[in-house]
Amino acid sequence: MYRIREKIYKGIFTLLAFASLIFLVGITFTLFIEGLPVFKEVGFFDFIFGKSWYPTYEPPEFGILPLILGSLWVTFGAVLFCVPIGVGSALFINELAGKRLKAVLKPVIEILAGIPSIVYGFFGMVIVAPFIQRLLGLPVGLTAFTGSLMLGIMATPTVCSISEDALSFVPRSFREASLAVGANRWQTLTRVVFPASASGISTSIILGMSRAVGETMTVLMVTGGAAVIPHTFFQPVRPMTSTIAAEMGEAVMGSTHYNSLFAIGLILFFITLVFNVIAELISKRYRKKLGLGR
Amino acid sequence: MKKQVSQNMGFGLLFLCISTTIFFLGSIIYFIAIRGFRILSWDFLTQVPREAMTAGGVAPAIVGTFYLTMGAILFSLPLGVACAIYLTEYSPKSFVVNIIRMSINNLAGVPSVVFGLFGLAIFVKLFDFGVSILAGCCTLGILVLPQIISASQEALLAVPQSYREASLALGATHWQTIRSTVLPAALPGILTGIILSIGRVAGETAPILFTAATFYTRGFPKSIFSEVMALPYHIYALMTEGTHPQEQTQIAYGCALILLALVLAISAAAIIIRQRHRKAYEQ
Repeated sequence: MYRIREKIYKGIFTLLAFASLIFLVGITFTLFIEGLPVFKEVGFFDFIFGKSWYPTYEPPEFGILPLILGSLWVTFGAVLFCVPIGVGSALFINELAGKRLKAVLKPVIEILAGIPSIVYGFFGMVIVAPFIQRLLGLPVGLTAFTGSLMLGIMATPTVCSISEDALSFVPRSFREASLAVGANRWQTLTRVVFPASASGISTSIILGMSRAVGETMTVLMVTGGAAVIPHTFFQPVRPMTSTIAAEMGEAVMGSTHYNSLFAIGLILFFITLVFNVIAELISKRYRKKLGLGR
Repeated sequence: MKKQVSQNMGFGLLFLCISTTIFFLGSIIYFIAIRGFRILSWDFLTQVPREAMTAGGVAPAIVGTFYLTMGAILFSLPLGVACAIYLTEYSPKSFVVNIIRMSINNLAGVPSVVFGLFGLAIFVKLFDFGVSILAGCCTLGILVLPQIISASQEALLAVPQSYREASLALGATHWQTIRSTVLPAALPGILTGIILSIGRVAGETAPILFTAATFYTRGFPKSIFSEVMALPYHIYALMTEGTHPQEQTQIAYGCALILLALVLAISAAAIIIRQRHRKAYEQ
């Protein structure tokens, strides 16, 4: 009696587990099925390295280089902002904040990491973009720079929170040994604690980058949306994610345009996949190094 | 002496970093709170939009967000928790299970707009749900599925092995052990994960752009196959569509404040539960 019931429960769980896996695997398949025709029609190199994106012109052109570069510029700018600020904040929380301040700052930063991206997009559009336009005397405020800034602010809590976790994993004895041989707190922090947690911190940076590349609503609202190859930070760009979001509504199902948007999704999928695999490999090695294996 | 100077400068730099973080995040909340409060009223929360989206309230959007969030969680909660239980309690430690774990981790990082594409191709087109609450719930559910699985897995793995051994030693079967020993111990952790995903789903916009959301519906949604207004999409639509940018921006401030308050309250609740739980474990 018991044995049959046990088998039934195990069966149910196995079934549900594989049902959720089917959905997750289905995403990859869908992207391939809907996206691959483009590579055949337009050609792999012409699609990825094509310099113009005019999907609705006659004849249409499907070159996504401007979109890829748009994504890269915005992400790069965001990283320049969020890495120093985020890691610096983590070091502050870990080293300088007293017990009480830390007990407040850590959860507050974590809660702020949950602010929806649409709120950043909205704020960037109504407050930051006009401010930047006036400050720098630009024709428009919606530029790659505005996008970078908003994405940077958005990724900062994530980077900070994960970096702080990495810092707090450094064994106490490391600090004590360093202080015991006469190093002061700053030297201990920069030459012992920071290097010991460097791989954990780099995981946080990669995850922050992956979040910035995949972010949609913020860049859709604040980068201006011009599909041209960017030359400076202060001109409008159109990253890959916002292209999908902006154009999917009007693309005819089954058309090359429709398929090319899925192909962009496929490329995004692979970019974030690579980021995540790297992050995972680093954190695995790091766990081994500090003897935190599970 | 030089040591002391560089230490002071370094610490000053770190202080600058944390101040910058707090300043930016604080000013976002400040601006939205101040300007959102001006328009917030009982009517704003309970009325439907009027006069071409320039007056009235945003009740349908609030209700829509509620439906989408609840539907998504109802969809992903049983699947996700069951998957986590299978992976931690039933599955043998093998190469295949490792691959499954890795792919779940990776899917957690896939951009949300890509999930939107998937929802469009599968739920809207292939299953023929159309642009509807149902399609939106399924898409959002799959979006948070990896997050729910990995949070539940983490909670289950944190239950000490000795609990399981003690229960099995008393003669309990495998399922009895899971139900009466492992799950109760892991519950706060699982709950935290679920509440955090609720917060995330409520604020997501990109996945519902082409699966569920619309700028205006006449009144409230009637069935799970109808299009729906949602708070995050409403903010986007108010800022990019329509003909009265001045008034629409004011309404968007109100929506942003409601959304922000909602999401922050939800994630604060989750984090407070987790900290209580952590303390209980440490003692």
